[in-house]
Order: sequence, then structure tokens, then C-alpha cells
Amino acid sequence: MNWTAIWLTLKLASLTSFVLLLIGLPIAYWVSFSRWRWKFLVESVVALPLVLPPTVIGFYILIAIGPHSPIGRLYADLVGHPLPFTFEGLLFASVLYSLPFAVQPFASAFDQVDRRLIEASWTLGVSKVRTLFKLIVPLSTAGVITGTVLSFAHTLGEFGVVLMVGGNIEGETRTVSVDIYDEVQALNYAGAAKTALFLLAVSYGVLMVVYAVNRSAWAVWPQR
Amino acid sequence: MAAEMTVNIRKSFPGRLTVDVRLTLVLGPSTVLILFGPSGSGKTTILRCLAGLEWPEEGLIRFVSQTWLDTAQNVRVSPQDRGIGYMPQDYALFPIYTVAGNIAYGLGDLPACERERRISEMLELLQLRGLEHVRPDQLSGGQQQRVALARAIARRPQLLLLDEPLSALDTPTRSRLCGELRSLLKQLALPSIVVTHDWAEALTLGDLMAVIGRGRVLQVGTPHEVFSRPQDAEVARIVGVETVARGRLIDSSQGLATVEVDGVKLTALCTEDTGPDVFVCIRAEDVILEPVGAGVTSARNHLPGVVCEITSRGASAQVRLDCGFPLTATVTRPALEQLGLAPGVPIVAAVKAGAVHLIPRRDSQPI
Repeated sequence: MNWTAIWLTLKLASLTSFVLLLIGLPIAYWVSFSRWRWKFLVESVVALPLVLPPTVIGFYILIAIGPHSPIGRLYADLVGHPLPFTFEGLLFASVLYSLPFAVQPFASAFDQVDRRLIEASWTLGVSKVRTLFKLIVPLSTAGVITGTVLSFAHTLGEFGVVLMVGGNIEGETRTVSVDIYDEVQALNYAGAAKTALFLLAVSYGVLMVVYAVNRSAWAVWPQR
Repeated sequence: MAAEMTVNIRKSFPGRLTVDVRLTLVLGPSTVLILFGPSGSGKTTILRCLAGLEWPEEGLIRFVSQTWLDTAQNVRVSPQDRGIGYMPQDYALFPIYTVAGNIAYGLGDLPACERERRISEMLELLQLRGLEHVRPDQLSGGQQQRVALARAIARRPQLLLLDEPLSALDTPTRSRLCGELRSLLKQLALPSIVVTHDWAEALTLGDLMAVIGRGRVLQVGTPHEVFSRPQDAEVARIVGVETVARGRLIDSSQGLATVEVDGVKLTALCTEDTGPDVFVCIRAEDVILEPVGAGVTSARNHLPGVVCEITSRGASAQVRLDCGFPLTATVTRPALEQLGLAPGVPIVAAVKAGAVHLIPRRDSQPI
């Protein structure tokens, strides 16, 4: 088994879920509470990774962070090397790719929170931001856990985006799924089987957590 | 300290209702203002606009020296910054926090010792000692109401807004807690605005009352004034009780109470302990008119009087009587003709004991 790839994949998945927890909660708050009439446009963009082939997403991210784009140039100027084919670039891509898997469970949990409780909180002098963390998130724990765990699991299994944005650099961007592909290409079925079994076990464990915290409340596929 | 309040707001709900309120009032330090109206009249919307939870399309809301809303100047003060205590209809207690946690919720900016002191003071004031660590879903309706009130007043607001504070309770509890709420509101020494559609609550709690109908303020006055002298037919229909008189309980035995109103003795069913001073309330449709000398009926009250004034309302008419105190009856047009009713005609008004409602009266200084 390729422990470097496993370690890298776990690191990538953990960081991705962590980043998604940070940016996903405010986005979900906005999606759930905004009364802007064009909100559906943003919601559709957030949900795009659910339907687009990973290669398409990977392609656009590659262009977006490449040395010819403003973001890519800025990053290269600041850090000294370009973003594609690095761990950081891969992390950026994973966050975008798993965005709906975090935002949608968060938002549907927020939708369930009684608006009268939130209004009561505001009249008690508690700001909107503090209401989010003091009241809305604690009332949505199952949805927050689900979103975090799902984005972790989804990142574990990503393949197309990794190949497009990360390439296949040992210790830097070679994740478990890419490693399995390499093993099969090299006709090393025994090595592929071991790693595949490992990925299967971890994914199954993660989904068990999701179902256990939700019981019958919510399906694993983040549809609303 | 008297608090001047100006509310000039307009908010429309297309196809349903336009709330258009012009109201300027001076509230005393413990004045209770009742917003009274049927459901759908817009009274809750007015309260929510005051709380900052609803934004009128245009208008001005001023409280004392603060401007909470001025659409012309683009001033919109958030609910957080209005210094109000707001209690929604179903109390909206936070299920994830205990009683103490709910009370402490809005006190985050106080130092810990002051916060503890405030919580303890609230537990004492609202008799919630021993329930500090209980979650809201394990409380009775009355206890939930007290927690919601404690949470709202713990921050020492300058104005208390209560939306149907008693409607979530069952009827026996409601009439008991209504009196308790009254003494508490008086004790707090802060002006409050209470939304209700229940006339008994309005009479018990209110010092001032604004009748709301179809999104407008129709009449403002003391509850006694509004109930006994509704300014037009619409207000009379909304308040729903035409006779409200000051009375004194002189005897009560075997479930029957004898009250005296301007020297006239009335028998009423006595359902609860009201204290000696009461409002005697009789709805016009509960008053039966009979010719003088008609004999004994099951009604306990036979009040001789004369007809003062007859107002025709389609198929029925309102007859104002003088029975030693003003009394209003509703009769049909045929009855009017058959009894030969006209101003000056002597008549007997029969009222069943069960139709005489007694509401505790604690005469307060109006404003």
C-alpha cells in the first residue's frame, strides 16, 4: 500500500472539510436567509459540481489558477511558484469541487431553524453573526456534521479534478484514487486491491457517521 | 419619565391588507398600551415594525428621542439596537438552552458577575427558582411564558412588546395569569405594548387601548372609554362588548355574585376571584327586552329602564337603554316594531347571570 498517497489524501480531505466549514457556513447562511430575487443564480453555481464532469471542473480551475489568469499571476507573484500541480492548487480545486456537498446540507439544516427563534435572538441584542454561531449552528448540528463529513468523503474519492489540476506528483498531488489507477495501469492488481479496499473501508465508515447522526432525517445525496 | 412615541407607517401586503398607522402617544413609566383588533387586522405587523422585525415601505417611528425608522432619511435601526424587550406569541424559547441559559442569552456583553446577578434577579422576580437547569420543553405553558418574559426584560429594555402574551395558554390558566401579568407589568416600571384580541385581557391589562381594524387605528382611549363609547359601528363590532360599567362586588355565594352598578344590583356567575372592584361587561346580543310586567323568566336580572336611543343596523337595531346605568341591547327589526320601542318608552331588560361578565378592575391613573 502506498502510505504516502494515503497520508496525502487524508490530509487533503481534512483540510478541504475544514476550509469548507469556514466558508460553507456563511455561504449556506446567505443561501438560506437571503431574500434576493436572483438568489437561484448563485445557488445553481454552488450546485454545478454535482452535475459537471470532474474533468470540466478541473479544466476551468486549471485555467483560472494558471499563470495566464489574474489569480494565478497574483499567487505566483506572492508565493514564488504557480498554483497548478501543487498541493495548494489541489486543495483549492477540492474546495470548489466539494462545495455543494457542504453548503447544501448546511443550508437545508438552516432552513429548518424556526425563524421566530432567530428574530427573538436579534431583539435580545445579539448580532446576526453571533446569532449564527450561538443559535443557528447549534440548532443545525446534524446538518453541519453531515456537510463536513460528506465533503471529506467526497474529497477522498475525487479523481478527475486531481488529474487535471494536481497531476500525479508523488508526495505532492498523488492521491489514493490516482495511485490505484497507476497500479492498475502497471498491472499491479494486488497493490491496487489493497489500496482500494482501504478507500472502501474509510468511505463506508464516513457514510455510517452521516446516517447515524441523521437517522431518517436526510438522504446521503444532497438533494433538497 | 414619560415616553413619547410616534408611529407613522405604511406597509402593504398585496391583495390582503395595507397597514397604515398614524399614532402619537405619550406613555407613562408603566403604561400598558393595548393594540386590540381581530386576527388579520394588522396589529401584530405594527408590533413587529416597532421591534424592527418588519420593515414598512415608508414611515417614521420615533421613541422618546430616538428615531428607529425614517424612510425619508433612510434611517433603519436594527432590532438589536432598539433597546426593546420582545415576546412573540409562542414565546420562541431557545430549545438548546436551559431556563438560565435563555435568560442569559442576551446578556453576553455584561461582565460575568453582573450577568449572574441579573439572572438571579429574574429567577426571583418571575418565580422561576429551581427551574434554572430545566429545558423549555419540560416547562408548563405558564412557566414558558414567565421564562420568555424574564428573557425579554433581563436586558432592562426601554419598551416591552408582547404579542398575544396569553394566547398560548389554556383558558383557566389564562385568566389566572392575566392578573399576574398585570401586576408584573406595573411592577416593572417600563412602558409596554400588548397585542391582544381578547377583550377581557384588554380590560385587565390595559391603561390605554388602540383599536385596530383593517390596518388602521380606529380609536384610542382608555379601555373603559373605548368599550363603553365606541366611536362608530366598526369599533363597536370589533370590541364586541357594548356595555362596560364600573361595578362593586357586594356578595358572592354558591357561585353567584351580586354586583352593584350605579345603585343597580346585578347577579352574575362568579367563576374566579375578582376582588371587590370589577368591570361589568354585557354584550348587546345577550340582552333581552321585554314589556313591563312580563312576569318571571329564568333570567336572573330584570332591569327596568327606558329607551334612550335606537340605531338601525340593517336587519337589527341597537337600543341604548338607561337602566340606572347605560346598557345596550341588540334586537331585530320585527321585535322593535312588536314591542313598540321608541325613545322614552319604559322597558325591562332581562340578562342571564351567565351573560354578565366580571373583569377584575384595578383603577390605575390613566397615563
